[in-house]
Amino acid sequence: MSSHLDGNALAGALSDVFQGDVTAASARCAGCGAVSVLAEAMVYPDAPGLVVRCASCDHVLATIVEAGDRVFLSLSGMSTIELRRRP
Amino acid sequence: MSFVTRGFSGRRRDDNPRLPPGQTLVNDWPVLSAGPTPRVGTAEWELTISDETGADHRWNWDQLLALGVEDVTVDIHCVTHWTRLDMAWRGVSLDRLFENVESGHDFVMAHSYGGYTTNLPLEDLLDGKAWIATEADGEPLDPEHGGPARLLVPHLYFWKSAKWIRGLTMMPDDEPGFWEQNGYHFYGDPWKEERYW
Repeated sequence: MSSHLDGNALAGALSDVFQGDVTAASARCAGCGAVSVLAEAMVYPDAPGLVVRCASCDHVLATIVEAGDRVFLSLSGMSTIELRRRP
Repeated sequence: MSFVTRGFSGRRRDDNPRLPPGQTLVNDWPVLSAGPTPRVGTAEWELTISDETGADHRWNWDQLLALGVEDVTVDIHCVTHWTRLDMAWRGVSLDRLFENVESGHDFVMAHSYGGYTTNLPLEDLLDGKAWIATEADGEPLDPEHGGPARLLVPHLYFWKSAKWIRGLTMMPDDEPGFWEQNGYHFYGDPWKEERYW
């Protein structure tokens, strides 16, 4: 029988993932499949949120919407993100 | 800009009954864009309304203008907190475009050249509430402001007035468009400050 935990089990793993500078991370574009370092993506700041687009195909990789005491983060345009562990 | 204590008057900085909550008046027209600006000439521009029967209703530029261009003066409220009052537009009422569209669906997804989308209830596009705008401030719309044509739905936050409009697709249910998927409100009434989820 398979078992699962609730989302609280993510706390350790995700806080590990989201620490530090993620611009050095690589991501695979869900639109064209290109893998590139996030720092090389195109960021459009003059919008109702930050819009991050693939440098190869313009596909939207991510959006960040600042909403007062909330932040909406969408990473739906990236199929995978590769983060390097700190040495 | 200076900030001066206004004593006990209790007046807001922009105490104007035409200003929705959280908005500030501007006299210029800020350019907001979520991506590269599409350059679409009027010779290649086309607008399509797609209904559930699979029928497409299409207009090229000349056919659009032939439906009748109106002068429209409206207030514009952007979700990034700026408001411009009495902005002069010209455009074609969506009532004219929907005249021969038979659909039982109540919602619409607006599609733009460049891939932008935004969702609206059909009733918010009819009865003199929305236009396909081709001119603003007495000039043809610049590409940066959505030219050659953009949706104009002034009673909702301005992200609903999709730039570079190319199509309207009828939907049975209210599905989120681009910003609505990414944190913004499904409807976007500025008088209720419907900015986010």
